[in-house]
Amino acid sequence: MTGLLITLGKILAVFTVTMLTVAYLTLLERKVCAYIQLRKGPNRVGPWGLFQPIADGLKFVFKEDFVPAGANRALHAVAPVLAMAPALTTCAVIPFGSTLPMFGGEVNMIIADLSIGVLFVFAIGSLSVYGLITGGWASNNKYALFGALRAGAQMISYEITLGLAIIPIIMATGSLRLSDIVAYQGAHPWFMIVQPLGFLLFVVASFAETNRLPFDIPEAEPELVAGYHTEYSSMKFAGFYMGEYAAMITAAALIVTLFCGGYHLPWLENLNFFKEHATLLGLLHIGTFLAKMGICLFGFIWVRWSLPRFRYDQLMKLGWKVLLPLGLINILIYGLFTLKDSI
Amino acid sequence: METVLFYLFAALTLASGLMVITRRNPVASALYLVLCFFGLAGIYVLMDAYFLAAIQIAVYAGAIMVLFLFVIMLLRLEPTELPSFMNSWSKRLYVAVTLVLGGVFLGLDLMRTVNTGADSALTGEAGAIADRLFNRYLLPFEVTALLLLVAIVGAVVMARRESPKPTASMEEV
Repeated sequence: MTGLLITLGKILAVFTVTMLTVAYLTLLERKVCAYIQLRKGPNRVGPWGLFQPIADGLKFVFKEDFVPAGANRALHAVAPVLAMAPALTTCAVIPFGSTLPMFGGEVNMIIADLSIGVLFVFAIGSLSVYGLITGGWASNNKYALFGALRAGAQMISYEITLGLAIIPIIMATGSLRLSDIVAYQGAHPWFMIVQPLGFLLFVVASFAETNRLPFDIPEAEPELVAGYHTEYSSMKFAGFYMGEYAAMITAAALIVTLFCGGYHLPWLENLNFFKEHATLLGLLHIGTFLAKMGICLFGFIWVRWSLPRFRYDQLMKLGWKVLLPLGLINILIYGLFTLKDSI
Repeated sequence: METVLFYLFAALTLASGLMVITRRNPVASALYLVLCFFGLAGIYVLMDAYFLAAIQIAVYAGAIMVLFLFVIMLLRLEPTELPSFMNSWSKRLYVAVTLVLGGVFLGLDLMRTVNTGADSALTGEAGAIADRLFNRYLLPFEVTALLLLVAIVGAVVMARRESPKPTASMEEV
């Protein structure tokens, strides 16, 4: 019974933190964008514009919910949910901390420590394209359909790179469990340092999977009005928006977990002080994980406002003719290194 | 708890499977097929075949069905262009064949006295499946891979059109 309550508590905590981060990520995006463009950004609602996300949310609720003529009403309504659900589901297998002593025992800071954690992330992540495809198709709008088709092609292409980039990690750790991968990086150098090529491939493919600039061609404003969500308004539009930011958070959490040592903080966590205070160590781990994720998310925003958009054919060329072969070569190189070590 | 979940997933699989063949809108059919795959994956999880469940979602729901939807949307099939399943004469044939085959399979299943159970390699960790695939069944596995490669090459060759030779009229322009 206590176990069930603890799990429910963890789900509630992760969900709340993720949704709050989604809300404030929109503010951070506008602030960072403004500072990059030498502006101030939102600064009227509350100090430093801190209440802006709340104002935005209220505005979305009171907007007219418009469904275009000839649209498939059921799919039009389901699509934003389909866009948001996969990103939130993936959070369940991410280890966001080590353990915290609570209720007379050690509580693992992960909702579900699956033995196939990595595969689960990829399986659920591959579903995020359905929201975009059904939304674009159900709108009965040619620009939306174009956006949907582009999203489908792009996501399938870059998923392969995403998968290939982490195979060397699985070869090194010999486990698909995310907590094992984090534990391995606690004892060895981070994968970011030992596998720079894999890290680069994974980050680039993550940008494409989350439809962020320079790869946001499914919603490219100058060509497709707004792409797959052209015909969306009110909370349904907000659903797509929140889905995009939730996917960003998941991608950042994955980059941290797989390549940047997860919740580990080298040297500092081995101090004698933390050996005596288990609670403080647990909190330090959670804080480290959140801080690393914050840096990643800032990187996502920074890149968006610094780089121009790829053209559609360039994107496909990059995916299939550059990243895919590089991913295979990366596996080959790492395989040869392992072979050399074992002889 | 497990029995309840089994019936839940089984009902989901069967119900969405029924929707796949009765919907007249091809996009709706495809989406119900995705739901059907989800039900199957749930049943795999109940059998402790986690790896199989994840692969089921990643490959079938995440990749193959996306391509299906892609093609359906590009063709822009209107519901009216498809012959209505519910009104056609072939409906009776379909139902008859399904009932006969279902009866045969049910009979075979009832006659089987010894429950062989699932292959233990299919349940649990990915390592057990990898061990079977790359040791005992290495040759069939590689041959299947080669077969898929041949199919891909064949599809590319068939889909490829000869690049149009510049004709006189085009050169004039």
